[in-house]
Amino acid sequence: MDLTALNLAEVRDAVRSKTASAKEVALAHLERINREDRNVRSYLTLSPERALEQAARVDRAVASGDPLGRLAGVPIAVKDVILTRGVRTTCASRILEHYIPPYDATAVERLEAAGACILGKTNCDEFAMGSSTENSGFFPTRNPHDLERVPGGSSGGSAAAVAANLATVALGSDTGGSIRQPAALCGVAGLMGTYGRVSRFGLVAFASSLDHIGPFGRSVRDLAAVLQTIAGRDPHDSTSADVPVPDYEAELEGGIEGLRVGIPREYFAGLSAEIGDPIQRGIDLLQNIGCEMVPVTLPHTDYAIACYYIIATAEASSNLARYDGVRYGLRASEYDDLRDMYERTRDAGFGAEVKRRIMLGTYVLSSGYYEAYYLKAQRVRSLLARDFNEAFRSVDVIVTPTSPVPAFKIGERSDDPLQMYLADIYTVTASLAGIPGVSVPCGRTQGDEASGVPPLPVGMQLLGRHFDEARLLRAAYAFERAGGFDRG
Amino acid sequence: MPVETMIAPEVRARYEVVIGLEVHVQLLTQSKIFCACSTRFGAPPNSNTCPVCLGLPGALPVLNRDAVTMAIKAALGLNCTVNPYSRFARKNYFYPDLPKGYQISQYDQPLAEHGWLEIELDGVRKQIGVTRVHLEEDAGKSLHEGFADSDRVSYIDLNRSGVPLIEIVSEPDLRSPEESYAYLTELKTIMLYLEVSDCNMEEGSLRCDANVSVRPRGAEKFGTKTEVKNVNSFRFIQRALAYEIDRQIEIVEDGGHVQQETRLWDSREQRTYAMRTKEHAHDYRYFPEPDLPPLVVPDAWLEEVRRSLPELPQAKEDRFIREYRLPKQDAALLVTSRAQADYFEEVAKLCGEPKSAANWILNDLPFALDQHGKTFSKDTVPAANLAELVTEVVKGTITGKIGKDVLSEMVGNGTSALEVIAAKGLAQISDPEKIAQTAREIVAANPKQVEQYRSGKTATLGWFVGQVMKATRGQANAQVVQEVLKRELGGS
Repeated sequence: MDLTALNLAEVRDAVRSKTASAKEVALAHLERINREDRNVRSYLTLSPERALEQAARVDRAVASGDPLGRLAGVPIAVKDVILTRGVRTTCASRILEHYIPPYDATAVERLEAAGACILGKTNCDEFAMGSSTENSGFFPTRNPHDLERVPGGSSGGSAAAVAANLATVALGSDTGGSIRQPAALCGVAGLMGTYGRVSRFGLVAFASSLDHIGPFGRSVRDLAAVLQTIAGRDPHDSTSADVPVPDYEAELEGGIEGLRVGIPREYFAGLSAEIGDPIQRGIDLLQNIGCEMVPVTLPHTDYAIACYYIIATAEASSNLARYDGVRYGLRASEYDDLRDMYERTRDAGFGAEVKRRIMLGTYVLSSGYYEAYYLKAQRVRSLLARDFNEAFRSVDVIVTPTSPVPAFKIGERSDDPLQMYLADIYTVTASLAGIPGVSVPCGRTQGDEASGVPPLPVGMQLLGRHFDEARLLRAAYAFERAGGFDRG
Repeated sequence: MPVETMIAPEVRARYEVVIGLEVHVQLLTQSKIFCACSTRFGAPPNSNTCPVCLGLPGALPVLNRDAVTMAIKAALGLNCTVNPYSRFARKNYFYPDLPKGYQISQYDQPLAEHGWLEIELDGVRKQIGVTRVHLEEDAGKSLHEGFADSDRVSYIDLNRSGVPLIEIVSEPDLRSPEESYAYLTELKTIMLYLEVSDCNMEEGSLRCDANVSVRPRGAEKFGTKTEVKNVNSFRFIQRALAYEIDRQIEIVEDGGHVQQETRLWDSREQRTYAMRTKEHAHDYRYFPEPDLPPLVVPDAWLEEVRRSLPELPQAKEDRFIREYRLPKQDAALLVTSRAQADYFEEVAKLCGEPKSAANWILNDLPFALDQHGKTFSKDTVPAANLAELVTEVVKGTITGKIGKDVLSEMVGNGTSALEVIAAKGLAQISDPEKIAQTAREIVAANPKQVEQYRSGKTATLGWFVGQVMKATRGQANAQVVQEVLKRELGGS
């Protein structure tokens, strides 16, 4: 039995039934990483000691018949913007290249308390800023479906690791699509919960009002199990919601007969056939299994990208001010005075995209521009949220493509930041509205054998009401069961 | 405190001074405003720290409820309207002792607004507007001096990082350094009454920046203001302001224009000097703090705090005058400290002699304390003991003069008045028989003076009284002595 090919429920069952020990599962993954990750390059740092210690703990519990956690023995990869005590956490940035955090993120703590084994830390765009993982300060990660192509981003390492069986599940972070888009491009499932559903404590901040931690998995049940574990109020995060956490796994089975599914026309105008066709097949499938399709409109969608890049960069410019060379992280080796030290440190430590966003964010918050940019963007954000509230009066979930394009080639877009920003068009709206979204595999593009383009994964995005993750996951699960992942 | 000046009084009289004060007060919470670290002063550098107040990656602030309660208390004490909904904001700037690169403060939606406090100067009361009271976190401390390598490097102590502060901004209602001093004194007294801060300027728990401008009397437009910072003791506030006012008047008199700038007070040189432009050319890029939800103060919370407010100094002063019939000056002095005012009330109630009690507390007690190098505390001389002393003096058991010595003993040994009086045999002699005995001895020993008295020179009586007092070491009741002497001299 290939232990790395199992999904979360299968690993859990194997460990419980003593078909495989947690140690065997962890070792199988570590060996596969050793063998395969030189191509994919999804990990920045491995934590085999931590994984094996945890596996041993789980195995002792199995042996002595102690109660096991929900994720007992499940190997998991963690995006490198999420803190792991004693294990290097770089945010894929040179400025934190050697940073070892003194505490665990709440999500990490909860995962380990549930028995998960952390294999290591995955690559991403620097400080989660990007859509291709090419902005990593160290190296780009490759798409397991075509090593010439990007895995998406910013959580490209986590998506690629799950797609390549280098972890059963993974944690990513999503600010404007950074879980959903790489999930789509790598052909796996990825979930961003409602803002406040999962604690951000220990998630290195990019844009605080938009940042989320969420799971990747190869099946919807995997997402439900991980979300179940990490969701819920955290006294360390004032923005985490005090809303009860339902039993997401149990809720999967409810069926979706009569579910009203909204199709927002703004998300389909101008959509290419290579994405549009699989998505249409996915929509047809949903209809075949009992959903009612309802056209809806989200009229302010056009303003979403501009709105997002103002708010996200504004917050980023402030959140990244702490990397100044004074207390931790990189400090320039030579400098004349304090100001020079700041400038040289930040110049050497940050990559081009991070600098670009700090400058953008500083600009939109500057006196004289604040009202025209930041304040206006906040108003647009309210309008976008209102769009969704309106739409959700007549539908239960909304279906859209996750990304307007499939995985593109490494280097193909990296010189054109605006083009790169536009790739977030279908994902930023949910982030701005604070609603949950899941991307599930929905077939593939046709590919073009003649020019050597293989069929590439396509992702379908399902959006739901605030704290309605259970229904969202149930719809995704029904889609998966009906064969939607493969057929689209 | 008179202030030395460089400008002729008649010149200065042509100008009106406009001052507004920004006062930072450290709240007396156990823990910091956004984390559980201790706020204790004087701990080893960087020992009261955690990921939150160190600004480590991934850390998030969680608001301390006690800090909000104290801030509300302060705001109510300053007659402010507390906003049911306020917001925190980030004030962005780079400085090594600001670990996150921004300070969490409040900006366009502060906790409280539209308050006032009353000052009194030369018997005239005046209301000074309080624009706003908002909550914020303190920064750490840069240590530029005192280390072997201080010529090359600075050290940073982040114990203070995240300590809760309120900023209290006044309206530009102050018209002189003296008014400013009175405002600060009153503000401090109120904070101490409310027990929200110890207002210790030396430890930095009260800090004051001043916005100062001058304009020709009668002008409607304000002059250009400067901001005077770094005045770190009560003593220097009037001096710093007086200096700055004269500097500005001099500029205007010479036909120049005051530069809008930040100026630092140098207490050694006794002058202000301009900060380098680069040091304050900040665009703070304020925006709402996304890590904290809006601060909501429901009515129930506000009312709970309102109910916990103590009587404030001004009201107490008025009540002392009304209830105890104290002279205004005594009442005003007594209420300068809540502990002293409470002490007074206790003594007054125990002895039933409020005016005497006030005298003893304001005049004799400080003197006695000073003799022993002690400062006021309600336990040095328990209220019951002082009340006993006042009672004995009023009753005539001892004279007022001896009472002072008794008080000194009480302060020194912690004994009660009656104990001192008994141990030293200080009780006044009022028994006519005892006094008559002494009087007869003196009359017998001084026939010449007796002759003078009897021949009509009645003023000699005074001399006899003195002799009796001397013989009784001052313990004899002077009134009784006179009566006895008259009888002895005239009768035989």
